[in-house]
Amino acid sequence: MAMSSATAINPSGAKPKPLFAPGRVLIYTLLIVTSIYYLVPLYVMIITSLKDLEMIREGNIFIPTLRPTFDAWVKAWSAACTGLNCTGLAPGFWNSVFITIPSVIVSIAVASVSGYSLANWPFKLAEWCFTILLVGSFIPYQVFLYPLVIITREMGIYSTLYAVIFVHTVFGLPILTLLFRNYFASLPDELFKAARVDGAGYWRIFFSVFVPMSLPIFTVAVILQVTGIWNDFLFGVIYAGPTNYPMTVQLNNIVNSLQGVKEYNVEMAATILTGLVPLTIYFLSGKYFVRGIAAGAVKG
Amino acid sequence: MTIKINDLTLTFGSVTVLDKLNLDIADGEFLVLLGPSGCGKSTLLNCIAGLLDVSEGQIFIGGKNVTWEEPAQRGIGMVFQSYALYPQMTVEGNLTFGLKIAKMAKDEIEKRVARAAEILQIGPLLDRKPAALSGGQRQRVAIGRALVRDVDVFLFDEPLSNLDAKLRADLRVEIKRLHQRLKNTMIYVTHDQIEAMTLADRIAIMKSGLIQQLASPADIYNRPVNKYVAGFIGSPEMTMFKGELRGNAFEVNGVSIPVGDYGFDGGRADRPAWFGIRPEHVETGDAAKAQPFHLETTVDIVEPMGSDTLVWAKVGGEDLRIRMDGQARVGEGDKIFVGFTAARAHMFDQGTEKRL
Repeated sequence: MAMSSATAINPSGAKPKPLFAPGRVLIYTLLIVTSIYYLVPLYVMIITSLKDLEMIREGNIFIPTLRPTFDAWVKAWSAACTGLNCTGLAPGFWNSVFITIPSVIVSIAVASVSGYSLANWPFKLAEWCFTILLVGSFIPYQVFLYPLVIITREMGIYSTLYAVIFVHTVFGLPILTLLFRNYFASLPDELFKAARVDGAGYWRIFFSVFVPMSLPIFTVAVILQVTGIWNDFLFGVIYAGPTNYPMTVQLNNIVNSLQGVKEYNVEMAATILTGLVPLTIYFLSGKYFVRGIAAGAVKG
Repeated sequence: MTIKINDLTLTFGSVTVLDKLNLDIADGEFLVLLGPSGCGKSTLLNCIAGLLDVSEGQIFIGGKNVTWEEPAQRGIGMVFQSYALYPQMTVEGNLTFGLKIAKMAKDEIEKRVARAAEILQIGPLLDRKPAALSGGQRQRVAIGRALVRDVDVFLFDEPLSNLDAKLRADLRVEIKRLHQRLKNTMIYVTHDQIEAMTLADRIAIMKSGLIQQLASPADIYNRPVNKYVAGFIGSPEMTMFKGELRGNAFEVNGVSIPVGDYGFDGGRADRPAWFGIRPEHVETGDAAKAQPFHLETTVDIVEPMGSDTLVWAKVGGEDLRIRMDGQARVGEGDKIFVGFTAARAHMFDQGTEKRL
């Protein structure tokens, strides 16, 4: 018979692991414990923000309320007090938006073009520039804080939103330029040559050939910059001036306010509101983020 | 277009890649730059294309000094090993990219794309992205990109190296046909001697940034100027015996090969020398006995290759490679007669390695 060969019907490959093999139990336990560790605080924040103060005083922080209310969210957004100022987070939100958008656009625009120049149009001091950038991206921020106060003062923008935008743009450049340089260096060299033979110049090659191929790395750059700038506290506190505080600084002022009753529900709502922007960005672009980080990492 | 290269030197830091290289290419000629990797052949092509800045020397295309011209101003088209198609554009987008940059009229662009599509039979592919094409189709589109520019000089940088053996043979013929039809100047870089022999009007064999020999394929095969060229061209490689040229014979380990019918370039003088004979020029059996030099030996190894059989045997303790008919019945350990004439051999000085 044709089926007589016993070897032909034997399963091949590694033996499947049983569902409760010790290795799997360990992995899943670890994953579940880690998830709980991160999710429980979020859970507490959300249910607390939906309670009113009376329910919070009842004490049990893990039990959700049966009568959820969004009052705390509304108050956090538009009426929470920082000192004598009872405007909520809204002005801080708009300040943050006004800081983030130009900083992200300008830093990515400049860094992508610089990275492209370093990778594809080698000039005499290119190696030097590269080294300086590399060193620059590892120097701690604190070193530059005071010099930048003087620089922005001399520029006449100290204590305005423009100062914060300027500082964020400058600090984003070294690491972003490296990121773009490495990505462009990993693109095939012959593509660049083909474009030159076709008569494309510096800008044409950049916009028509390289940028359309670089969606992953632009996504990475946008995420890095948006989250970094949105979450920044230090530069906002130092360079924005008291009337222009970004959302993070205002959140801090609300949470650390020492006057009156401690409104836990408002504080929770305010914190979630502040974290919502980076969170949304991560969820929307996670796939590209991983792809871009991997692509940029391969070649240096 | 004629191409003239004058004392071209290219250095990267302290490394000299090209050293005072001179080359004249006739109008409509198919020139192949052949050599192992790292010999400078691709570098030379990139210099001609204008993709690398030269350190010294000049390049003339059609009598015009283009040493410092941009690639697009040189009237060249280039085809790359990795195809280098723009991945986000369609085939048509790839073909027209350069023409649009040159601000060519729309109907002229259409005319040229149609002509290229007809010549290369890529009409049905025009709307596709490169990712949806096979390797052979991609390389055709890459050739088309050079074709639509209607240039006088085509530069090929190992265009077939990424293709499998069968496609390579097919496309090789297509490139030859293209040259017959367009009659423009083509410079073709490869490390594959079959491509070089089949395509070239002339071959330039390169080594360490220098041209070793520049001649027609037949000349390179029949009269290699030095030991390097002799060993590089021919497959299977020619056998080289290391010995002494003494009077009218070449002595290798006590075996004396008469060289009376060898065509010496200069005068004959006793000296240490190399004696090379190609496997296909070694006769066996009765034909061997008619040769000026013959002896009986034992077969070491038999490598059947279908059309031919490569046989290894010993002469004076050295390996001799013999190409026999594919149907030849020989086995390891068999006694066979082998013989050859010095008229088909190649002798080189041991010091200079130049042809004697």
